Amino acid sequence: MKDVKLSDYTFSGIEHGEITDLRTLDAHDKNRILYAGVDLDAGDGSALFMHMDQSTVHCETRDPGLELLDIKVAMKRYDGLPEYAWKLVDRDKDEFTRTVADNTHGGYFIRTKPGVKISKPVQSCLFLKADGAGQNVHNIVIVEEGSEVHIMTGCSTAHGGTHAAHLGITEYYVKKGGKLTFTMIHNWGENASVRPRSVGVVEEGGVFQSNYVLLNAVGTLQMYPAIHLNGRGGIARFNSVIVTPEGSNVDCGNRVIMNAPDTRCEIISRAITTGGVNIARGHIAGNAAPCRGHLECKGLILGGGQMLAVPELDVSVEGGDLSHEAAVGKIAQDEIEYLMARGMDEAEATSTIVRGFLNVDIMGLEGPLAKAIQEQVEKIDANAM
Amino acid sequence: MLKIEDLRVSIGDKEVLRGINLHISEGETFILFGPNGSGKTSLLMTLMGFSGYNVTGGRILFRGQDITRMPMYERARLGIGMSFQRPPTIRGLKTRHLVRMCARGREVDPEVLAGKVNFTDFLERDINAGFSGGEIKRSELLQLMAQKPSFVLFDEPESGVDLENMQLIGKVVRRMLDGEVDVPPGACVKPLKCKLRTSGLIITHTGYILDYINADRGQVLYQGHLCCEARPRDILEHIRSYGYQECIKCLNAPVPGQIVL
Repeated sequence: MKDVKLSDYTFSGIEHGEITDLRTLDAHDKNRILYAGVDLDAGDGSALFMHMDQSTVHCETRDPGLELLDIKVAMKRYDGLPEYAWKLVDRDKDEFTRTVADNTHGGYFIRTKPGVKISKPVQSCLFLKADGAGQNVHNIVIVEEGSEVHIMTGCSTAHGGTHAAHLGITEYYVKKGGKLTFTMIHNWGENASVRPRSVGVVEEGGVFQSNYVLLNAVGTLQMYPAIHLNGRGGIARFNSVIVTPEGSNVDCGNRVIMNAPDTRCEIISRAITTGGVNIARGHIAGNAAPCRGHLECKGLILGGGQMLAVPELDVSVEGGDLSHEAAVGKIAQDEIEYLMARGMDEAEATSTIVRGFLNVDIMGLEGPLAKAIQEQVEKIDANAM
Repeated sequence: MLKIEDLRVSIGDKEVLRGINLHISEGETFILFGPNGSGKTSLLMTLMGFSGYNVTGGRILFRGQDITRMPMYERARLGIGMSFQRPPTIRGLKTRHLVRMCARGREVDPEVLAGKVNFTDFLERDINAGFSGGEIKRSELLQLMAQKPSFVLFDEPESGVDLENMQLIGKVVRRMLDGEVDVPPGACVKPLKCKLRTSGLIITHTGYILDYINADRGQVLYQGHLCCEARPRDILEHIRSYGYQECIKCLNAPVPGQIVL
């Protein structure tokens, strides 16, 4: 994995004032953000948050069942959030967590009201605009008892070539019977260095559902978000779709630790490399019985690149039932020919199979976002052919 | 419609078809019999254009056009369709989506088509994922209905199918071959039928499909050679009584002739 030299980036002084209307951003930036999954022109979420370089520039709530604050405001208002801040992520874990802890630029604090189901997604956007910028973000999400929310986070640089670093800490708390759906789409570039550090806790009967999409090149990205299922009947599901073109270095996995009986989890990742390096990790631990988990990691190599699948199952109790399935290969000739027999030429057949393989549909993305993703997928095919 | 001239095909070093001559006319349904390993499936795969089936001699003409070296998708676009016996599963590709793609831009209603093969519940399923024998056949027919080929290749339409499904599949195959005709009252059926009829080349082991369709001619393929041309029902009865032994005699005879019945 390519190292990130923090001294190459500027971690102070790249600040921006508040932007009251995000539709006024320039068209190019808005388009980059659209490709990261947030449609600023529609702006139809239950809340809208944007952090640009080293400042939170927009923070707006439209649903009374929801609290959205800049993390620095929340820390002040709630006396440093002693129950939540840096409780799941160790601030001394590595140089990235330390950098964020010492100098947090911003981030979101999202909390639902107990029992409230927020119907529209919270839209959040973390944006790197300035060349050379280092961004330190700390997010905290609290889903109170019996409530539900969907957070869409789009992370993007202003240009495919922007030289910048994103360090992001996220702590998730899903309380009894709560449900959090967290969809994150990354749209970086060959010169971006990205180090997210995320940990969550799910209480009794809670559900954590993560969707992650990375379709464009990223210089170096390393993350291994972990969810602890600490209450009976908790569920965690991770779906990831990762494409690594030439110039990409990705080391990405998901971890679920099942510490209570009747917990379940599923980690599904689909990866395509068209010239980059992808390390696809997965780890499930079963520490209470009964518990059940499945890890599925499938990779395609189209044209070139390297993929290393590292699935791990760790059961410490009788009654833990874990399985995994990993496969790395190429598109099967019989699948291509099956579609060609229906009149598709080889390129059409390949892109149909790739789209199915990536299975972005299951994430339920709609509208311009679905279209943007579709375009991206078609680009992958074009590059791979 | 389809003319095969002295076709020789090898898979690797092994010659599987040794000089096939066959002519199937517009609207004609032709039945191909033969024991396992005789080359029946290889003939279908070669006609469709699969990789791995190397044509070492002869040629295939479709509507007068030489398609021997033509890529598979061009053959499909010319009007050749195939029902697969063991189609691959394609994860994430919904049956509904594939049905639309088979129509290649023509307006189709997957619900209506699926209704005809009792398959509406499968439209949201990944294609062929966990499909049973009968479900595969219905799915293949559904795709062919959307594709509307003028020449269909069926590889054992009855294999792995229970009786109830056999009836449904038999009827749909018949409708496909005979042309689906909604005749306005008073209109003459004959010219319409002539126009809409689809040609077919069908492989069968059991002959069950013959209970449902109007098969015109049949022939036995044995060790890569075609022999014993007769009415399909007669061939079937003969095979039931004597097995394929007689075919050896036919092949060894100086002039391959009809089965003596």
